[in-house]
Amino acid sequence: MTPLFRVRRWIGDHLILGLGLLVLVYTFIPIAVVVLMSFNDSSKSKNVYKFQDFTFQNWLHPFKPGGMQESVILSIEIALAATLVATILGTLAAFALVRHRFAGRKAANLIIFLPMASPEIVMGSSLLALFVSRGFGGQLGFWTILIAHIMFCLSFVIVTVKARLTGLDDNLEQAAMDLYANEAQTFWRVTFPLVLPGIIAAALLSFSLSFDDFIITNLNSGQRVTFPMFVYGANQRGVPMQVNVIGTLMFVIAISIVLSGEVFRRRQEKAIAS
Amino acid sequence: MATLDDVAHGPVHEGPKTKRKLTGYWLIAPGAIWLGLFFVVPFYSLISTSLFDPNGSVLTGYSMTWHIQNYFDAIDQYKVQLWRSLWYAGLATGFCLVIGYVLAYAIAFKAGRWKNLMLILVIAPFFTSFLLRTLSWKLILADDGFIVDSLQWMHILGANDRLLATPFAVIAGLTYNFLPFMVLPLYASLEKIDIRLIEASSDLYASPIRGFFKVTFPLSMPGVVAGTLLTFIPAAGDYINAQLLGSPNTRMVGNVIQSLFTTQGDYAAAGALSVTLMLIIVAAVLMWVRTAGTEDLV
Repeated sequence: MTPLFRVRRWIGDHLILGLGLLVLVYTFIPIAVVVLMSFNDSSKSKNVYKFQDFTFQNWLHPFKPGGMQESVILSIEIALAATLVATILGTLAAFALVRHRFAGRKAANLIIFLPMASPEIVMGSSLLALFVSRGFGGQLGFWTILIAHIMFCLSFVIVTVKARLTGLDDNLEQAAMDLYANEAQTFWRVTFPLVLPGIIAAALLSFSLSFDDFIITNLNSGQRVTFPMFVYGANQRGVPMQVNVIGTLMFVIAISIVLSGEVFRRRQEKAIAS
Repeated sequence: MATLDDVAHGPVHEGPKTKRKLTGYWLIAPGAIWLGLFFVVPFYSLISTSLFDPNGSVLTGYSMTWHIQNYFDAIDQYKVQLWRSLWYAGLATGFCLVIGYVLAYAIAFKAGRWKNLMLILVIAPFFTSFLLRTLSWKLILADDGFIVDSLQWMHILGANDRLLATPFAVIAGLTYNFLPFMVLPLYASLEKIDIRLIEASSDLYASPIRGFFKVTFPLSMPGVVAGTLLTFIPAAGDYINAQLLGSPNTRMVGNVIQSLFTTQGDYAAAGALSVTLMLIIVAAVLMWVRTAGTEDLV
């Protein structure tokens, strides 16, 4: 290799990496704005789309705007319940799809794929049509939101756990069986711990999908107001800066969980290697 | 969490532990029943709603009259918004493909030991509310904001031109919001490429650019198809970006459907429009999958 070629090659390599990093930076700009605005004192001006003054007030009194606390609590309740149900049902289904052979598996795979590939507005309006036609039009609220959230979280859980299960090394389980572990022992001592990271990832994904959903929720919520609906409603009269506090908190909590998982994984890898 | 991979390939794992027992049915039943009841059955409700007598209302009730005219009325009245949705979603998908490809390529081939971290950063924006991120763009693109000011200073924008409330803002918002759906499947399929094939092309004196278009890109086609679908479909149905960043002149079909359902209570028209959107998307997807030549998508 000539030196000139090497220089060109180095630039080529790092140019793409640099461009890739730029794209990543771009995806983080709005998040930086959310964090910044959580420290914005908007009390002096009507224009909430401009940074005015630095303040800690939003962080000290995050639930000052009326109705916000209720909306955050409702969103957390629904996200927890939806995550619990979707993670259990989804994990069972993932095991069925990877470990068992049965007629209709292809059809099942298709039905699991479709919710991820349908526009939310269509899914939301279909569910609304179902609820109204069955006479539940007046009872839209907590339960209808929960039903909808479990529905759209399920596919993501199944796909996430399935990916983990498919990548699993069969040898470890066979080794356990060779060492006279019975089926239940093998499952709980070997298989389950190995799949657990996938299940946790799926649960985390479910929680954020549910907490964040607006389009489907908005159609099926009746009079109840979730956090995204609160933000949407508040937008018409000027968003209170406190919503940015909740946004920042959500982000920090989720990213710390994911990053600590990554650190843990790296340590484990090192431990296995040494 | 590079699980969108499965979307592209739908792996059927036939490991030695595959069992033939009834257990499979028991395990999948609860999830399958849930999706059946609350995903499949609702489509029937939607289709029957779309054929309701258009004179019904929330107060007087609706009756099923096989009123197929609803479709013609809805399409005729809202063809502008339907067309605009496809257009905006198509453009956003194109932009996502270009930007997302660069990022996915960098992660797959250039990131080295930072691969996992970069993948985490790709999905990280999902952890802040979708609405808050979109509202941030409202601030970034604001009339007296930094971007508009600099563009006006460079005379790219006139003194009274704005970015907010224009199609540009809506398409930019869509591009931003659905980018991760493009990056993950692209990454998954780039990662699978045997690097030796690319090296072979350069051994055979293909320039890097030629090598990319003749080898790398064709091999990443499954990711391109999966990514474009996962971006285009939600973007075509989205109305948040049009609502928060656009103006009445940028209303998309999602805006119409949601306001017909929630504020106007015109269920028949909303149903018809919703079914139409779904049918157009299915048709577009089939056409695209056929052109791109990856028919074994699911």
